Amino acid sequence: MNVPRPRLGVFKFASCDGCQLSILDCEDEILAVADRVEIAYFLEATRRPLEGGFDVSLVEGSISSPEQIDQIKDVRERSKFIVAIGACANGGGIQGLRNFISIEESIAAVYANPSYVKTLEKSRPIADFITVDLELQGCPINKYQLLNVIAQMLVGAKPRVPDHAVCLDCKRRNIVCVVVSQGKACMGPVTSTGCEALCPAHDRGCFACYGPSHQPNTAALASRFESIGVPSDQIRRFFHAFYSTSQEFVAEGLRHV
Amino acid sequence: MNSSAGIAPTGETVVIEKPVLGAIIDRLWRDGYTVVGPTLAESAIVIDQVRAIDDLPIGWTDEQEAGMYRLRRREDRAYFGYAVGPHSWKQYLFPPKTTLYSIEFHADAMTVKPNVDPVPSYAFLGVRSCDLHAIEIQDRVFLHGPYVDRHYQARREKALIIAVHCAVAASTCFCASMGTGPRSVRGFDLALTELEGEFLVEIATPRGAAICDGIPSRAATGYELGAAARIVDKTRDSMKRSLNTNGLPDLLYQNLEHPRWDQVAERCLSCTNCTMVCPTCFCHALEDVPALDGASSEKIRQWDSCFNPDHAHMAGGNNRPDIRSRYRQWLTHKLASWVDQYGVSGCVGCGRCVTWCPVGIDITEEAAAIRGDQQ
Ligand code: SF4
Ligand code: SF4
Ligand code: SF4
Ligand code: SF4
Ligand code: SF4
Repeated sequence: MNVPRPRLGVFKFASCDGCQLSILDCEDEILAVADRVEIAYFLEATRRPLEGGFDVSLVEGSISSPEQIDQIKDVRERSKFIVAIGACANGGGIQGLRNFISIEESIAAVYANPSYVKTLEKSRPIADFITVDLELQGCPINKYQLLNVIAQMLVGAKPRVPDHAVCLDCKRRNIVCVVVSQGKACMGPVTSTGCEALCPAHDRGCFACYGPSHQPNTAALASRFESIGVPSDQIRRFFHAFYSTSQEFVAEGLRHV
Repeated sequence: MNSSAGIAPTGETVVIEKPVLGAIIDRLWRDGYTVVGPTLAESAIVIDQVRAIDDLPIGWTDEQEAGMYRLRRREDRAYFGYAVGPHSWKQYLFPPKTTLYSIEFHADAMTVKPNVDPVPSYAFLGVRSCDLHAIEIQDRVFLHGPYVDRHYQARREKALIIAVHCAVAASTCFCASMGTGPRSVRGFDLALTELEGEFLVEIATPRGAAICDGIPSRAATGYELGAAARIVDKTRDSMKRSLNTNGLPDLLYQNLEHPRWDQVAERCLSCTNCTMVCPTCFCHALEDVPALDGASSEKIRQWDSCFNPDHAHMAGGNNRPDIRSRYRQWLTHKLASWVDQYGVSGCVGCGRCVTWCPVGIDITEEAAAIRGDQQ
């Protein structure tokens, strides 16, 4: 097959680089696609300058400062297909915790010399500024899910990213439910799959780093948390930690103060 | 059915000293079986490999309620003094994830290769009556319809089954009301009743007899047969939950717009746990997983559930768009349309869906609520 290799770009906005590390962690598998994909821009891995257009762009990070708005628009213009990767890009991420307090308050709490800080009022997801073609959730993303999306695109299939609850994968792995067997709080029933139930596999509750599942029944889970004695402010934090842009999670969190 | 009648419908009933069960386990492994049975995990009694008698949860039991399971110590050293846990034999006969076949792409053709990975010969140790019925139901689904599932068939035909008559029921068990227990009546090669220092062993098939051949045993006395029957009777009498199946399919069909569906939908997380732990649920999803180098692709089958919104997604949209419709699908399939499809209820009263629902929704309570409002 002598088709031109698709050009792939990897872009970073406000983030910890963790999702890019998940990409780097794919090094063995990436070799398998080396002759099928051209990695044309990926600052974390190569020093190639930003030039030309991209068939697929992976975008990490939230939009948190004014200049990032122009940058993300530029990425959109250069890209045929944009995959927003991770909790930051799709849900505001951990830095979205500041969305719940005033910006002055959070700047004063973090920086010794706040006058140099140029920032937006809130940490916002990529989709607030441009059209995103596909979202991959998680803090960080799951490398196998990413590789599967790439493999599906390379065969010309529409990439499939399920958003059912973590519980389904928890049971597919025969993991014993930590809520039922130990009375631990677990966000799995309202959290989107993708991690293959990583935390329950290590005998702890999910803390929702993949964001809301499809139609999460947050009220039912929160009332279960109350009945097993989870304090109110902790329930709020469960819902507000990673996806401060999810209306369901934000609203549920605000009911527990 | 006279519950106190003689023990073995066919074949012989013998008595072995308890530790001799270890010799049977050894024999099974030597004969090439992979012995799986109850064993202690961190927070529950699960089903996993049993290499020796010490792998059994001797001296342990469980406390179960809707949405609650806790391991507890027993005062004695019973080998099988607990009820069913989160796992079932479904994990082994119909595994959560199976590669059905792979496809290799060549320049101008492709080849399809069925998955012919060798299948283990399992010996299931400690199968309860409800689960024997559940296996029989999955046999109807996978073997007795117009299409035979080769993957299930390969595992099922090889499996040797050692049943145990239940000496304790969990508070969530309701097999007696479903006519599926607690006494195992068929579908096993051997069946054990745990007496104080011995096991009563019913030998039901030639395969079971072959395993017991040469194992030190003696014929059971009339007293022992009676004692064994009384153990199971006591378990039956201790059962707290029940499900009234009288006219249930019609009752449910006539109440598809009952307000109870809205109420349960407010509590239900649509998390799929009930269907995953249910030993009869068979729904699955198929997926193509292409290799990164583009040279091949695999067809994967994974457990799926009517509580997964995606499961009802088809061209034109989702025909079960909310939790209400999904819960109703589960309950009406288990207790009504299953009977139309397979001639039996889809529920064997094992209670797993009740215990392992993270919010403790109880199928017996939901069915009773719909019946109660009706009468
Ligand atoms: S441990 Fe968490 S993810 Fe797993 S089944 Fe229980 S609630 Fe769901
Ligand atoms: S189980 Fe939950 S918190 Fe843990 S990795 Fe998965 S989504 Fe994140
Ligand atoms: S519906 Fe519930 S009680 Fe009935 S067989 Fe399934 S898991 Fe067991
Ligand atoms: S109850 Fe649901 S998951 Fe179970 S077999 Fe029926 S449709 Fe499938
Ligand atoms: S009934 Fe319980 S276990 Fe089943 S989907 Fe609803 S919340 Fe989950």
